[in-house]
Amino acid sequence: MAVGGAHDFTALLRELTPQVLGVLVQRHGDFASSEDAVQEALLAASVQWPSEGVPSNPRGWLVTVASRRLMDHWRRESTRRKYETTLATLTPADEHVQSEPDTGGAQGDDTLKLLFLCCHPALSPASQVALTLRAIGGLSTAEIARAFMVPEATMTRRISRAKQRIESTAVPFGLPAPSEWDTRLDAVLRVLYLIFNEGYTASHGAELQRRDLATEAIRLTTELHRLLPEDGEVTGLLALVLLVDARHPARTGADGMLVPLADQDRRQWKQESIRDGIALITHALSTAVVGPYQLQAAIAAVHDEATRAEDTDWAQIVALYELLQRIEPGPVVSLNHAIAVAMATGPRAGLALLSELDEDEQGTGYRITAARAHLLELDGALDAAREAYETAAARTTSIPENRYLEMRARRIDSTSSAHPHDKVTPAPPCP
Amino acid sequence: MKYLVLIYSNPTTWAHPSFLHHEGSTEDERKAMLAQFEDLMGEIAESGELVDGQPLAAPALAKTIRARAAGLETVDGPFAESKEQLAGFFVIDCETPERAAEIAGRLPDTRFGAVEVRPIMSGSGMEM
Repeated sequence: MAVGGAHDFTALLRELTPQVLGVLVQRHGDFASSEDAVQEALLAASVQWPSEGVPSNPRGWLVTVASRRLMDHWRRESTRRKYETTLATLTPADEHVQSEPDTGGAQGDDTLKLLFLCCHPALSPASQVALTLRAIGGLSTAEIARAFMVPEATMTRRISRAKQRIESTAVPFGLPAPSEWDTRLDAVLRVLYLIFNEGYTASHGAELQRRDLATEAIRLTTELHRLLPEDGEVTGLLALVLLVDARHPARTGADGMLVPLADQDRRQWKQESIRDGIALITHALSTAVVGPYQLQAAIAAVHDEATRAEDTDWAQIVALYELLQRIEPGPVVSLNHAIAVAMATGPRAGLALLSELDEDEQGTGYRITAARAHLLELDGALDAAREAYETAAARTTSIPENRYLEMRARRIDSTSSAHPHDKVTPAPPCP
Repeated sequence: MKYLVLIYSNPTTWAHPSFLHHEGSTEDERKAMLAQFEDLMGEIAESGELVDGQPLAAPALAKTIRARAAGLETVDGPFAESKEQLAGFFVIDCETPERAAEIAGRLPDTRFGAVEVRPIMSGSGMEM
């Protein structure tokens, strides 16, 4: 196998991680120890392969090494009886793996089972994310810790706690029963979307490593889509992350300032991602039962299809948000719906809808205030707009959002006092 | 989201944990507070919510520095002139603000001085 560099090794190892782990868990049933063993095998590979070359059957190599590590572990930790049983079952199974082709249904099934295991509702969201990145993404604990900006010891604890919990609550390694399928798959999709957002919303400086999380989420969602091609929501999530990620190159300016959708240089958008995303969502909407990820992807597609911000089909976006409000209501959906209504029919209609929402809500309330500021500015109520921008700026816990909202407040000051007639067209706020 | 948990305290002697150094607590109460504190630390360390935590040296060892027209002005002692002084801090990483407040509320220091919880700003943001 021709391998060009460190990057190819990493990609290959990450791709093989769930397959190797799947084989071990299937065979030994001990998820926690198998997962440790696979991490050790990945480390061994990343040291040996660059100098000695990639083995002809890299997956078989990893399974063998991981199995040996697992045996070492058991030899140290466990009873002699357990060790001997393992020894008896290991050898023939390894030979079997060596001769297995590199693609096939069983491995895909294993990846799917691992996803359901790592995203089990018994685990906290932070644990689901960490475990998914390690056990399926093949990231090391150090890499995950860096991405979430916590010490490695903290991330180690999160991961080991998650594994203990899997053990103590006896979370099964298998596909969920049909009656549980939808809720369990929903948990998987939520974890993948969470990972994507962690990476996508990262903006500058030390945050750059977090970008990898978006790439990783897209890779894992692509894999999930390959395993469940007929599921409309899986397709919807893949379309959504592609359509949103397509705008990433344009979302921050050279100075790290957030650029609202309306002001982005759309020539920087990744056309290939947009094409892929639109193809996926078009197919899903015409074949599957509609769901929230598909609707969000459809909204993202309408934005991405507009060559200029003023060409955006806001009426269609309003209709899509109304559908979304019906199947998955929530404060953020109501907020985005109000903004879309404002853009379709005028700021006052949007302001009327916003007035029904709770700006004091601790989590996302300031985003309602920020949207109100934009709409007041559009409506020419500059003093009130500036005040709302400042209120929102003081309430966000995000540095880039704070800088952006402060900038908008200052811009009103400079346009209304220094150049009263040189009116800047305010950018419409966007989801 | 990460939070800074600030512990303000006015102990009889500057020693840590400062909740053990207040007048009026019985030995049993001190034991109970220590157990409560250790339980909490164990829980948030194991859950991966504890990111960092350090006790601070006595306020008398602080220096407060101001740049003024005459140049740098360095004064011995803490910035705030209050009875309660910053005694230590924790950085925690929690799912919700309610959880952060719950953790802070379980610190025994809440009985004497006060515990303040503040979100730490993040470098991530949504374009609006």
